[in-house]
Amino acid sequence: MSVIAEYSPGTSLVHRAPGGVKLAMLAAIGVVLVVLRGWWPPLAALAAVICCYALARLPARTVLSQLRQLLWVVLILGVAQLILSGWQAATAVVGTLLTLVLAAGLVSLTTTMTELTDILLRLLHPLHRIGVPTERLALLISLSVRSVSVIAALAAEVRDAQRARGLQASPRAFAVPLLVRSLRHAQALGEALLARGLDD
Amino acid sequence: MPLIEIVKVSHSYPQTTGRLQVLTDLTVTLNEHRIGVIGANGSGKSTFARLLNGLVLPDSGQVRVDGHDTRRHGSAVRRLVGFCFTDPDAQIVMPTVREDVMFGLRRRGLAAAEISARADRAIDEFGLHGYAYHPAHLLSGGQKQLLALASVLVTEPELLVMDEPTTLLDLRNAAAVGEIVARLPHQVILLTHHLDLLTGFGRVLVFDEGRLVCDDVPERATDFYRKLMG
Repeated sequence: MSVIAEYSPGTSLVHRAPGGVKLAMLAAIGVVLVVLRGWWPPLAALAAVICCYALARLPARTVLSQLRQLLWVVLILGVAQLILSGWQAATAVVGTLLTLVLAAGLVSLTTTMTELTDILLRLLHPLHRIGVPTERLALLISLSVRSVSVIAALAAEVRDAQRARGLQASPRAFAVPLLVRSLRHAQALGEALLARGLDD
Repeated sequence: MPLIEIVKVSHSYPQTTGRLQVLTDLTVTLNEHRIGVIGANGSGKSTFARLLNGLVLPDSGQVRVDGHDTRRHGSAVRRLVGFCFTDPDAQIVMPTVREDVMFGLRRRGLAAAEISARADRAIDEFGLHGYAYHPAHLLSGGQKQLLALASVLVTEPELLVMDEPTTLLDLRNAAAVGEIVARLPHQVILLTHHLDLLTGFGRVLVFDEGRLVCDDVPERATDFYRKLMG
């Protein structure tokens, strides 16, 4: 299972919608949920986001995997709110969290990284005029997303090596090789970027 | 075919105790269509490969590709020389197959339609058509190496340097990559431990302890290497 929502190819209306529109909608949902108080707006927004998932024809397991990652946070937050502030506050907090995470996931699942990078590049364009290397900044963000899965794979390898040597409970035996491998990967990535024309 | 001139090149890397000499006084001129490079681990062949596209700049001496000095015209040299790494995971920089193939093209300032067409053609040529929108990190080792190769060749370099592209692959995938390399019209410099891949090559260089110790046709160079490894 991936740590973050990865692009899931498709030809649905949601996939074909411009990435800028999807990001604007995501921001709008966030603003509306902060401005509108009460327990029902988050539930209405959550229902709308779930409808968009259906419209995007994404596999049910994709949605479930998104929810599974939130399970403990939702449980702890929901129960705490229920005890301290009552069911209405618990519904509002949990509903807002689920809506925003699922909506952000929907954008990632239906928009390619290249399109997101292009949008970011356009948003950052004013900074380019004052000398900020906006293209590199946008590339940095897309590389960070790619690196999440690489680091997760490295962590799994280190954990397996740790188990094979009977070092399950040693945080140091996990952290040191992971750090070394991550730095090696960063160095190799730097070489690859140069080889692939980053300095063009 | 670009002429590669390496003149009196020496190179070392810093270590905690002084410097580690990896290449010593290397002078060689290369213009064959297929050039193999072999040698034990740590013999200096990877540093030699990195000199060819300016990823490593020599401590002394000069490297010229098609007349361009790698020290002064690094960017121009890298447009001529495509580089394929041992570990494709280090070379794949975008999340999906198609995006990674498009990465190098986008940096060339081509029109979007041209980028898409060239990327799709490369994906088809390398047998990855069913994986265009697939997460790159979920491909098999062989598919990753094919993707790395497609992403380099789509930018149309004149020379391809491959640093042990089959070392991490099983026999079937190694053979598949070998067949693809054999069919390429490009000038290729291949570093490898798989000596059978060098059949039909024009020239093979053998490195040992930072020195070029043999420069011959494949049969004689690989015999020399086998004796050297004892």
